[in-house]
Amino acid sequence: MPEGNRRRLHPFTPLLRGWKIFAAVVVVLGRQVYSGVTLGWDLLAIGIAVPIAVAYGFLSWRFTYYEVSAEELHLETGVLFRRSRHLRLDRLQAVDVVRPLVGRALGLAELRLEVAGGSSAEAPLAYLGEAQASALRAELLARAAGIAHDAPEAPETVLFTVPLRHLIQAAIRSSGLIVNSAVFVVLLVVGFGFGQWAAFGVALPTLLVTIPVMARPVISHFEFTVADSPDGLRLRHGLLETRSQTVPPGRVQAVRIIEPWLWRPKGWCKVEVNVAGYAGEGQDKVSVLLPVAPKAQALALLGRVLPDVDLGAPPVNPAPTRARWVDPVAWRFLAAGVDDRYFVAQRGRFQRETDIVPHEKVQSVRLSQGWLQRRLALATLHVDTTPGPVQASAAHRDAAAARALLDQETGLARAARARAAPEQWMRHSSRDREGSID
Amino acid sequence: MTTPGTDGLGASQEPFGPPDTEWVRVSPRLVTLRRLVLVVVVVVAGALLAGLAATVGVWCVVLVVGLSLAAAVWAWLVVGRSVRSWGYAERAEDLVVVRGILYRQLVVVPYGRMQFVDVKAGPLDRRFGLATVQLHTAAAATDANIPGLGPIEAARLRDRLSARGEAQSAGL
Repeated sequence: MPEGNRRRLHPFTPLLRGWKIFAAVVVVLGRQVYSGVTLGWDLLAIGIAVPIAVAYGFLSWRFTYYEVSAEELHLETGVLFRRSRHLRLDRLQAVDVVRPLVGRALGLAELRLEVAGGSSAEAPLAYLGEAQASALRAELLARAAGIAHDAPEAPETVLFTVPLRHLIQAAIRSSGLIVNSAVFVVLLVVGFGFGQWAAFGVALPTLLVTIPVMARPVISHFEFTVADSPDGLRLRHGLLETRSQTVPPGRVQAVRIIEPWLWRPKGWCKVEVNVAGYAGEGQDKVSVLLPVAPKAQALALLGRVLPDVDLGAPPVNPAPTRARWVDPVAWRFLAAGVDDRYFVAQRGRFQRETDIVPHEKVQSVRLSQGWLQRRLALATLHVDTTPGPVQASAAHRDAAAARALLDQETGLARAARARAAPEQWMRHSSRDREGSID
Repeated sequence: MTTPGTDGLGASQEPFGPPDTEWVRVSPRLVTLRRLVLVVVVVVAGALLAGLAATVGVWCVVLVVGLSLAAAVWAWLVVGRSVRSWGYAERAEDLVVVRGILYRQLVVVPYGRMQFVDVKAGPLDRRFGLATVQLHTAAAATDANIPGLGPIEAARLRDRLSARGEAQSAGL
């Protein structure tokens, strides 16, 4: 292991990690001075604590380094408890470059490598210089793809950008806002009807709580851009903290198209994806492929993620009429089926949802039946994929038909696995790789 | 009830019937173990409740004892049926596990999708010569465990499963 390949994080790292504590100290001291309290013990405590913290920050930076080899990323961390982690690059599921607000001011970025099975990013490289971060991302992706590591960063073509007005309108058309506004109006009317002016004080908070809920997607999906490159899809978004995600080809495990009730007059939809490794993080930040888009454009984009997908005429059959006894509201909208590449399931009267799972990504197939379903000879088929927002299931099918669908899906998944593309997506002679279990 | 043929349907028409072979059933010792646990729970809970009921009156003690006996008999029968409902079948490319009486579930786990296999046995399980084999895939929702296997059988099953998993391993 040559010393020369070892690289350190950016020297400003302790500063960016510790600035909040530093700011808190300044604020506390400032208030004490302002209120005229003498600074005896406080100053002493701070005089001891601050050098220790600074020394720890510095040491922690000194002891952290990473190294990229042809097969893996090696990360060493920890001052007292050393941790050495080796990450296989061909198992890389996604690479994100995250730039928090303060990091942007200092020109720093965090590189997050997502591998399957981790509860959070398994090897966060925080923080690197921005240029260093994108160069490292390009290198890691090239190595993961199985091509020369000094290949130039893959060119990209922008496929789609979400205009700000669409984001805002989508947020306004969220059912949460509508419901809360209705509650607000009802409370006001009732309050005034009884001559209780205090009702205003009760009603206002119900409206105020919706504001952050509404604003969050607008802020985190600000300037949402989808671009295509040989490295895979690139998603960039964020107003304060910006995030630039790269999802290599074949890493999307499942897709859900969501059409909320109030978006349907506009013909808009939202697209969420399961990517192994994104589990356990803020799903709203990482699992959104498109926050809001006209359906035609969303389907065109989906064609890049899932080749040959045809959602103009999805291969689905409706659930039997007797499903109304278990799902009286939306039984009419339950439908599911398979074609030779995908499992498709639809549901929802108000919020329409369409799940699409490629056969080669299916982890297991389940059939379940509660006692009421059993009385009605119904059963629910679940198609399990890696954790994420999409949990595909075909609810309340005819039990015998559901079993037939289970057998069919099992066979299709087996055939699809056998011809699945190699994990190193640029290397097509797949069988030179040894089978491996992490 | 999950045994095929009991309701006159052929194996192909019974939605929770075995794929093409018979189900391998779990050990009847699991019934004994679960019934034993049940008896202990009922006796302890019944005694506590009866003690409380004694402060109200004799009729109340009789009521409590009667109710707990009835519950125990019902649970006794349910435990038997529920354990007998577990079954698994090893096929060429996947493992099929079936279980449940009120809520029935059948899960198909391809060997190529298995990430790891656990064999678990608590102190009571070991006493009764029982172990649970649990399969894990990259999907958290995969719910495939087989309780009530003999320890040797469990180890053999684990080894077979992991050997097949290695042979058929597929990328994510």
